[in-house]
Amino acid sequence: MSATRFDAEARQGLTMVSPPLLYAVLMLAAPLLTILAYSFFRDGYLEIVREFTLENYRMVLADPVFHKVMLRSVVVAVLVTLATVLLAFPVAYFLSFMVRPERKAMWIFLITIPFWTSYLIRVFLWKVLLAENGVVNSVLMQLHIISDPIGNMLFNVQAMVITLAHAYAPFAILPIYVALEKIDRSLLEAGRDLGESRLMTFWRVTLPLAMPGVVAATLIVFIPTIGDYVTPELIGGGKVPLIANMVQANMLAIDNKPMGSALAVTAMLIVAVISLVFVFLNRNFLKVRT
Amino acid sequence: MTEPQNPDQTAAPAGAARQTKAAGRSAALQAARPMIECRDVHKYYGDYHALRGIDLTIRAGEFFSLLGPSGCGKTTLLRVIAGFEDISSGVVLIDGKDMAHVPANKRPTNMVFQSYAIFPHLTVAQNVAFGLRRDPRKRAEKDEAVEEALAMVGLTGYGARAAHALSGGQRQRVALARALILKPEVLLLDEPLSALDRKMREQMQVELIKLQRQVGITFVLVTHDQEEALVMSDRIAVMFEGGIAQLDEPETLYARPKSRRVADFIGVMNFLSATIVEEQGETLRVDVEGLGEIDIPAAQIATKNETDSAPMIGFRPEAVNVFPEGQPQNAPRQSGGVIDEVVYYGDMTYYDVRLDEEDGTTSEPVRISMRNVFGRDIPDVGARVTVGWSPASMILFR
Repeated sequence: MSATRFDAEARQGLTMVSPPLLYAVLMLAAPLLTILAYSFFRDGYLEIVREFTLENYRMVLADPVFHKVMLRSVVVAVLVTLATVLLAFPVAYFLSFMVRPERKAMWIFLITIPFWTSYLIRVFLWKVLLAENGVVNSVLMQLHIISDPIGNMLFNVQAMVITLAHAYAPFAILPIYVALEKIDRSLLEAGRDLGESRLMTFWRVTLPLAMPGVVAATLIVFIPTIGDYVTPELIGGGKVPLIANMVQANMLAIDNKPMGSALAVTAMLIVAVISLVFVFLNRNFLKVRT
Repeated sequence: MTEPQNPDQTAAPAGAARQTKAAGRSAALQAARPMIECRDVHKYYGDYHALRGIDLTIRAGEFFSLLGPSGCGKTTLLRVIAGFEDISSGVVLIDGKDMAHVPANKRPTNMVFQSYAIFPHLTVAQNVAFGLRRDPRKRAEKDEAVEEALAMVGLTGYGARAAHALSGGQRQRVALARALILKPEVLLLDEPLSALDRKMREQMQVELIKLQRQVGITFVLVTHDQEEALVMSDRIAVMFEGGIAQLDEPETLYARPKSRRVADFIGVMNFLSATIVEEQGETLRVDVEGLGEIDIPAAQIATKNETDSAPMIGFRPEAVNVFPEGQPQNAPRQSGGVIDEVVYYGDMTYYDVRLDEEDGTTSEPVRISMRNVFGRDIPDVGARVTVGWSPASMILFR
């Protein structure tokens, strides 16, 4: 009886998960495996030679351009992640501790407003703001703070960091907010009761307990930014390409799909290793069950 | 444990677990210096008047309880003492010092929270050592102090455990150790036993009493459980709607409640309507349904009463005896009645008895408890019984 019921439940469950599962396999695993397969093929003229080779990886790892671009991608992603998480924490803290409970839903709604416009348009807007004849320069000149436009606001790493940090802010705010919400408020009172000031209580109680959210926010921001393609293209103006731009160039302009695939897979592995090291370093914070 | 004078009678329901009082403890406490003084303390939350003129003095070394139903302000008062709530007006002194501008972390109080508030990211030992950060002692000495504190609450060897892996009772012990290691002047306990099961709760009650005697710190306990308050406290403040209804030692509170409300809240009390026949100086002669005329001396008259109620005579279930009709007994006064309900509890039996009225009707049932003695039959529902009682155990609420 119970066995048949379990079977029935299992069948029902399988029926329910199979469409998304199928979709995920087709849309996620299949392209990934294709890329992986391509990376071991050889590039012929206008065709892909389907014979196994490690030559692509050898070239990627020996390529000084790859080293430079990969390093730059990691640096940009680290800067963006730092800026985003450091700016997101006070917002999440304010949201969790200062905003009255009945207003929280409204605040979360407000935080998601940037998502109402497409990512591409937001990136373009930053271009409008930062360009040589853009909003920032015009305003500063109108106010006679500067006489000549500041020319180096676009097409550099700082501009990319500003744009990406803005784009990913909600992704960092929400997980930190959730972690802060989960903290039992009596723990903070206990910290004060045991003789610690508000600041020390924050340092010894709030922050460690918020770390799972901070780790999640870091990964959520770091992983997509390192592979971002649009911002370096538009804000960087192609002058400071990141790894995604290099992959794109190999895939399309140079038409060397095996090389592009090998680049993509290598970048993916590097991101995975960095992420795992980060999680490992924070393992003590992640073990806590509240 | 004190043996009740009448072996047929049970002590107060809570009396079973009550520790023997050290000789002269109550007198010594009265002589002790005031530790916490509240003078006309008011607290408003917007329009809500949470504390309405609290005046009380808690003495050094006392085990003091704030007892009342939920929403009566007892937890608010505790949090005011701890420094987590500002007061709207009035004065709070701890050890003679005005606490008006002293934040929670600078007060000589420590708290055991209702949820225990054990830091989930720390081990048991780290939790206990949390408050020792600015202690100038060396690391090894602090470790020793932590071990001592853990031993005091019976958690020797638990130091390295993760805090989130503990049971409710163990968490509470950690919370106690964490507070007591700082040697506060006052330990505040916010319903510390309410999350424990009955057996564990009774065990912890006894342990808390012993601990308090051992460390000699002033304990202020908040509870809604009257039995818990009676078992553990030197004195109890019963609170209703933000005010203190009665502040007395447990025995006084139980035997001489000042109002029907307090009487109802602490244990079980039977009420029979009474008519005042005449005043003879301090003594009142009343006519009580089912009991007849009784002379009540001033000491047995509740001084404070709710406004609109008619005079009532109150007595505890164990203050009277019930025997099958015709069986001789030596009670000063006797009344007839019929058993309405019998509830058997193992060690004792509760009888609901309707008392005979002069006009041939019967009263509302009154609850009478009798300790079960081997060889004595338990009368059945419907049986005629004699209820033996003494005017000395009657309280008049007028």
